[in-house]
Amino acid sequence: MPITYTSGEQVEVYRFRVPVTVGVPLLALFLQAFVPLRFPFFSIFDLPLLVTIFFAMARRNPVSGLLTGALIGLIQDALTHRAIGLYGIAKTVVGFGASSLGVKLDVENAGARFLLTLGFYLVHSAVYFTVARGMVSLTLDWSWSRGVMAGLANAAVGVALYFVLDRFKQRT
Amino acid sequence: METVLGRYRNLIILVGVLFLQVLGLAVQVKRTSDAESTRLIRVWAVGAITPLERSLVWGQTYSGNLWHNYFYLRGVRAENRQLKEQIDQLRLEQVRLNQDAEQAHRLQALLSFKERYISKTVAAQVIGSSGSDQSRSVYIDKGVSDGIAPDMAVITTDGVVGKVLSVFPSTSLVLLINDQSSGVGAILEKSRLQGVLRGTPNGEVMLERVMSDEQVAPGETLLTSGGDQIFPKGLPLGRVAKVAGTDSGLFLNIKVKPAANLGRLEEVLVVLAKQEHQATAEATGRVRTVDIMAQRLPSVPDKPAVSAGGAGAGVPGTAANDGAAKTITVKPQSQAGGKPQTSAPPVRPKPAESDTTRPQGSISMTGVANEVGTNPASGVTTAAPPKTVISPGKPAISQPKTATPATGTPASEDDSH
Repeated sequence: MPITYTSGEQVEVYRFRVPVTVGVPLLALFLQAFVPLRFPFFSIFDLPLLVTIFFAMARRNPVSGLLTGALIGLIQDALTHRAIGLYGIAKTVVGFGASSLGVKLDVENAGARFLLTLGFYLVHSAVYFTVARGMVSLTLDWSWSRGVMAGLANAAVGVALYFVLDRFKQRT
Repeated sequence: METVLGRYRNLIILVGVLFLQVLGLAVQVKRTSDAESTRLIRVWAVGAITPLERSLVWGQTYSGNLWHNYFYLRGVRAENRQLKEQIDQLRLEQVRLNQDAEQAHRLQALLSFKERYISKTVAAQVIGSSGSDQSRSVYIDKGVSDGIAPDMAVITTDGVVGKVLSVFPSTSLVLLINDQSSGVGAILEKSRLQGVLRGTPNGEVMLERVMSDEQVAPGETLLTSGGDQIFPKGLPLGRVAKVAGTDSGLFLNIKVKPAANLGRLEEVLVVLAKQEHQATAEATGRVRTVDIMAQRLPSVPDKPAVSAGGAGAGVPGTAANDGAAKTITVKPQSQAGGKPQTSAPPVRPKPAESDTTRPQGSISMTGVANEVGTNPASGVTTAAPPKTVISPGKPAISQPKTATPATGTPASEDDSH
């Protein structure tokens, strides 16, 4: 029996099976930790962020979106040696924002997905840097050019990834 | 009231979740102790992700080995021949290096130098990374069960990689030297300038705390200084890539290219134990012709032990108190309390030169009687500091050849002709 996450709104809301709900974020976290060892350039991507955005936009429920973001972010934090909560906070905000926008916008369109992912990547970076500098006193270099380039790369990968993950969607 | 709560329910939950995480972050920031940094969520996350990484790495290694060791053997014969030639060349080089090392050991013994070296390591495979540019760390497949503990040095054959930060039952988190929170005591090989090697937010490695009036050349090798008590002294850290002044003008801004390829780590060595012991001199070097002749020719039996009141004669490690005598004996400190520990062949004393009985393994020092002194308390002869050629901050091992006269080797060569 699949677990459903419905908002009750009058928009198309999707649900996912439990293996997908658990397995996809774990796979994203695994790939994020494993692939950069063989291909260092891969660290420019943030697969857990893309998965957070996808689930949040598909479910269209702000509460489940922010909780999904918080959980994925906290696990991502746990794999680093930094304080736990940096990615958690950033992905909570993104999860909430993506699901809130998912209610109001057509997020099935590739162009919209691209722009949303780019925007959320920048929001995620901004929140992460703000918390890291403000609370943990981490010295971080912010580069607009690098940020935008990484955002574009993530958006491109995100669009492709969303089309793959669309196959796991189930209508409520 | 209920309407307001219902209307802003999502926002209230968002603020609540954010507040909890900020609170948790604040608690972690306040607690600076690393001992309690391994939290349950960390253990769970590592426990969930690393088994997958470990099995994948195992499968990759197994299939790679199967292919390379059983199927793809093209060119192995030619490579084998090349390697044999290389071994021959290396053997020749080894002979030369052994000579230098022996001289260095003798010098170290004279200076009561304490050697620190790696005594035990364990090989580990890198199975994963933190997955974040803000945390430059990797996971290895060895943990508490393999004897790994925090703050152990992690190296490769190329150079230093980092140190163990957190330890889990079967995995460990290694902080790389290019992370901004890492710091390694470093020394430049030629100029002997010391500094601290640190990572930067963008993953570069910089040598800090070198005064701007010092001369540092690009390309110079950087070694561990041992001052951080984590990394053994003398391990390669990298090479100076670029030198520039800082904004403040007080220190140099030295960019370093790490010796180990931190972007593509596969196998590493964890230093489980370091040993510190007094340097000993082994007289396994050249045997003088006169000594060989003395062995072959008929000679009088060895003198019985001289009584303690015999003006230092017969007391190991003391110089003959004869103004004309030029041969003295130096006993390595490690032998002070017991029997000699060297494998050198027994060498008979030369009757005409000195009355001092030379024990096995002692170092003959001819012509340097004025440069050494005897510590009356310990009975150990040490080199007089002003006469040694080792400059402050420069270990003896770096200039073994310049210190050669103090070891007596040239004198031995002279005697042999």
